[in-house]
This record gives sequence, structure tokens and C-alpha cells, in this order.
Amino acid sequence: MNNSLKQHLIKSLQKNIRYDGRKIDEFRDIKIETGVSHGAEGSARVKIGETEVLAGVKMAIEKPYPDTPEKGNLMVNAELLALSSPEFEPGPPGAKAIEIARVVDRGIRESKAIDFEKLCIEKGEKVWSVMIDVCTINDAGNLLDAAALAAITAIKNTKFPAVKDDVVDYKNKTAKGLPLSRWPITVTVYKIGDCFIVDPLSEEEDAYDARLIAAIADDNNVCAMQKGGVEPLSIEEIGKMLDIIQKIAPKLRKKL
Amino acid sequence: MVDKMLIKDKEIVVPGDKIASGMGFLPGRGTFRKNSDILAEKLGILNVDGNVMKIVSLSGVYLPKVNDRVIAKVIDVLMSGWRFDLNSAYSAVLSMKEATSEFIQKGADLTKYFQINDIVVCKITNVTSQKLIDVTMSGPGLRKLRGGRLIKVNTNKVPRIIGKEGSMVSMIKNATGCNIIVGQNGLVWIDGEPDKEVITVKAVKMVESEAHTAGLTDKVAAFLEKETGVKTAKVNKK
Amino acid sequence: MTIKRIDKRKADEMRPMKAEVGVIPSADGSAVFQAGNTRAIVSVFGPHDLHPKFLQNPERGILRCHYNMMPFSGHGDRVRPGGSRRSKEISMLIEKSLISVLDLENFPNAVVDVFVELTETDAGTRCAGICAASMALADAGLKMKDLVSAMSMGYLDGEILVDINSDEDCDRGATDVPIAFIPSEDKLSLLQLDGDVSKEILLKLLEIGKQKCLEIDQVQRKALKNKFKERLK
Repeated sequence: MNNSLKQHLIKSLQKNIRYDGRKIDEFRDIKIETGVSHGAEGSARVKIGETEVLAGVKMAIEKPYPDTPEKGNLMVNAELLALSSPEFEPGPPGAKAIEIARVVDRGIRESKAIDFEKLCIEKGEKVWSVMIDVCTINDAGNLLDAAALAAITAIKNTKFPAVKDDVVDYKNKTAKGLPLSRWPITVTVYKIGDCFIVDPLSEEEDAYDARLIAAIADDNNVCAMQKGGVEPLSIEEIGKMLDIIQKIAPKLRKKL
Repeated sequence: MVDKMLIKDKEIVVPGDKIASGMGFLPGRGTFRKNSDILAEKLGILNVDGNVMKIVSLSGVYLPKVNDRVIAKVIDVLMSGWRFDLNSAYSAVLSMKEATSEFIQKGADLTKYFQINDIVVCKITNVTSQKLIDVTMSGPGLRKLRGGRLIKVNTNKVPRIIGKEGSMVSMIKNATGCNIIVGQNGLVWIDGEPDKEVITVKAVKMVESEAHTAGLTDKVAAFLEKETGVKTAKVNKK
Repeated sequence: MTIKRIDKRKADEMRPMKAEVGVIPSADGSAVFQAGNTRAIVSVFGPHDLHPKFLQNPERGILRCHYNMMPFSGHGDRVRPGGSRRSKEISMLIEKSLISVLDLENFPNAVVDVFVELTETDAGTRCAGICAASMALADAGLKMKDLVSAMSMGYLDGEILVDINSDEDCDRGATDVPIAFIPSEDKLSLLQLDGDVSKEILLKLLEIGKQKCLEIDQVQRKALKNKFKERLK
């Protein structure tokens, strides 16, 4: 986006009018469906406006990591599928996809959303692995928050598969869900010029100077955070952005 | 064998649909003959013109045509001109002599005229069989665009957005006070007050998604009146 | 003799089909095709410019298909993301099954990209992919002689089965014959076989498959018209 287009965008944001008519701290409509892929142990589709992502959870029995012999494993992967935007290329995940995956991973891990000790089957030998994959379907901005919401919804939707003689029987699911305690909600605030916005459109993403991603737990504590964009942020700005995030997160939590 | 229409005029057709059978019918744009039948080769609306079967496309990316006025983005500065992205499979070249009436010295800094990411309205002057494209900046209304915002629309709906002799776009302009430029390549540039721009975008999107419905002009007029409160929204047709 | 199918279908009965067009707003064309628990979502981009340059064909545009199963879409272990030999081959087969109906002569040096993603699978994934891709290409406004319909035929315990699922294909070892059919040409553009079957039965099975593909063709046409009919009212 060239500077004259960007200045025009900022002028509009300064009047609290987004390009689609929203206010600067307003999300688009959110639609959530669960159980959208029968082969997965849990799955969810999240739509924020025209943005759409799918998340699926696969479970497997694996060896624990040597430093956490009594804990289950978590893996989060995100695929910015070429299907979902003319900007995305087929191939292995790039930095943008990896960042989404890692931010979602940390939100879930650090908020202790899953009680990993309850995923231990045999100390040092066998634990459950929870593998979350987020795949984008349509990119109309804010894939990040959509991915995080889809991941947490898919976890909530997950049921353990049956086990026969230590082998997972994927055809049969049990009624038992994952041991969950807290629900991290990830919200990203973008700074464009001197304006702070949430739930950006693609063109707003093209124009942002800085952003702050934060995963917020049920008690409004911050569990994971990441600053992005080329422009540095002052502590005052970070405080303001967190205010917005803490105001939005409970609204998103209600959608779960 | 008796000639027979198999699909009615103005119906939607899909590739492979048998439109008519009999040698009395002729294949027009978007259709082809197979034995004695006329089949659709595009998704669109059937337009029966006497005994000629034509299809009006409803979708598809922009294919550059001579004399089209398009909105383009500068993507490269060359030795003796600029490369423009036309929101199409093919990019265009603007040569120095088509760029300005000023004399440009050999070896001059061309970014003084157009820089990368600049948005311009230009006109296509030549398209070769291999889709090499020339554009010009000389002509009424052709210029660099400053500020404003761009939206993408279905290029097949552009004629409807412009309207008969520009009636649709004039109506939206009058109601919203926004400056609007519609490129044949499916890019629309809008510049005005933020709230009015939002109304403009909604009106343009409305025309785009309902391009082939009856009474569209009245519908858009009613929408503009409701949103802007401007009563004289409708432009009198000549 | 009637075979028992896990989903209680008759031998010549297809799974419930669902088709929808225009499901991915960012794409130039898109569609979903679902048969039972196999669901393919496809987007089409282009014709657009093609890099690197050595891939370009100055005589006409080229078609590129990319088939992929989402990591959680299988009915067993997680599918590792990134291409496999299988997905490469299937991508090529999808390309070949569609290319003969497409006319890209007006697009020298350009490319049409088709992305086929499986969100859930229960056999017949390449066929669902072809059905969705054919609709998405039409939705993208490309010149096409016809649509292409595809389905996997099977032969199990002496019986010909239509639209086989993974219980029949993988678990019970049916002979699997995926086909794609172009109605106006009366020809097949995809044909593979894994199993054990006589020529006589195979030819009979293909005839049945052809008829069943015509049913799919109707579903595809209806879905394409629906997208625009809703707006035409």
C-alpha cells in the first residue's frame, strides 16, 4: 500500500470509521461450528466476517519428551493454504504461518489450558500427544485471532479415541474429553498511524505499523504476548493496547 | 430435424449445457456447435439474439482490451518507462513518451514521474497476440491517483456499475459526494468523507451482486436515499 | 446375492452428495463437493502470471493442480503436511482429467492454479476433488467444453459397487476403479484400477460408472446455477 492510500486510511480510522463501516474496536460477526471433520478427534470451523479457518485435533500415543516424562505432548501447526488467498504460495510453512502456530501454541501451553499431567499413561514411556492443525480456508484479514479461536474450540470439541491393546483405535471415539481447565483467548491489536484497531481487514493488515498479540486467560491475566510489526511501541501504548485486548477477550470467550 | 430451443433466453447456463438443437441456430460468443447442437462453453446468462446464441459472462478475471480505461499500479521502473499491474494475468508498459507531455531527458530519474506502488488511471493502447500491452497517460481523466481507497469488483459487472452513459455511477456520486473512478479491470477508486465512502462501497457492491436483476436502479436509489438522506439521489435518465 | 455395505446402501447407490459454489471469496472460482464423509474444497486462481519463466507456454495457458489432505482429515494417524509421492501423482491425474475440457488458448504464458484440499476423507478423495475443481473452474468463468464428473467404482465379493467408501476400499479390499467422465464427449478422462477383475466385468463396471457420473453432473450443474440464481431473483 502506498503512503497516500495509507494516509487516507488513517484519516478514516481517526474518525472511528473502518473501511467496512465498523468502529475501530469492533469485531466482525463470528460464527463457530464444531465437529466439522469426522476423522479428527476434535475439529472446529471459525468464521470472522469472510475470514475462515478450520482446526483439527489428532491424538496419538507417543513417548514423552525426556525433560517432561510425566506430561503429555502438545504440537500446534498452522498452514496458510494457497487455496485461501492469492498471496499464499504452496509449500512448507513460511515465517508467517510458523508465527501463528507458535503464538497459538504458547497461548494454550502457558495458560495451562490442558492439564498435561493427566495425559500421562506410563511415566517416561507413554503419553498422549495432542496435535492441533489449523488450516486457512479464506483470508479476509485477521487469520491470527481466527486461528487461535479455532484451535481452542477444536480442543474443547476433542474426545479421546478408543485404545485396544495399547494401540489407538481411531474408528471409535470415547465420551471422554481432554482435561481442560482454562481458556486462553487471543486478541491482536494493530497500530496504524496513531490509531489502534482490532480484527483487521486485509488492507488494514497491509498498512499496520505495529501490533500486539496477547492470549488472555479467564481471569484476564496475560499468558502469552508477542509484539510484531516494524515500529517500536512505548509502554504507554502497550498499556492502551492491553486495555483493548482485555475488553474484547471476554466477548470472544462468550462465543466458545 | 426440427430446430428446437432447449434453454430459455436469460436463463443461467453452465459449460456443456445443450442450449439449442438444429442447424438453424448459430453459435455466438460463449457457445459452440457440436454436431447439430449449440452448447455453452462458459458460465453465464443466455442471450438469444435472433438465431444466434450468446452468453453474457458472470465471472472471470480481467482480460485486457484496447481502449479500456483501467486502474493500474506501478510495479517496476524500467530503463525507458514503467511496468503496471492491471489486476490481470498480464502487465503493461508505459513508455516515456506516453507518460507526459514534458520532454524527459535520456537517463533522467523516472521515479520523479511515477514511483513503485503509485496508482494511476490509464488507457490501453495496444494488446498483442502474446498479450504484450501498452498503455498511455495522455487523454482526458488519465492521471495519477492520490489518496482515496481501492476496492475490487467482478470485472464482468463493470458495465452495470458504470450504468448507461454513466448513470449508475453518477447517481452514487451525487448521493455520496464521493469521487469515483471505475476501471474496466475491476478496480474502483473512491475518495470522499469516510462515512460516505462506506455507503459508496455498499452501493457498488450491491450493483455488483445484483447486476442482472430488474429494477436495480430504483433499488440502489432507495438504498442511497435511506443511507444519505439525500432525496434527489436518482439521476434522471435522458 | 446382495452385499452388505456398512452405510446400508444398495450396490448401485451413491452416497449423499452436497455441492456448493463460490465458497471462498478470495478466489477467482471456488466450490465444495461432498460425497458422504469425503469433502473436497477447491479454489481456482487465474489465469494469472506464471513464474519462473521457463514454465510458461507461449501458445496457451497452463493448468496446475495441487491436491492436499488436511493433516486431521484422515481416518487414522495424522497426515504429515507437505507433499507426498501420492499427492504429487494425484495432483497430476486431476490435472489430466480436467485439461481436455479447458480452453486456455487466449492466455499465453499464464497459469490457472487449482488448489484441492480435503477437509475430511472416506475414500474417493481424488474424485471428489475433480468434481469440485470442475465446478470451481466454471465458476472462475473459464472457457470449458463441459464439466467433469468423477466417482470411484468398486468390485467386491462378486458384486459391482458404486461410489465405494473406505470400509470397502481399504478394509475389505474391494477392487477400486476411480473414473472421471465428460458427458458431452462420452469419454473417460481419469481411469485407474487397483485390484483384480476380469475384462468383462471391468467394462460392465465402467458402463455403470458412466451412468452414475451423469447423476453427479446434474448435482454440479444445479450448484453452479444456484450460486447465481440466488442473486438473480
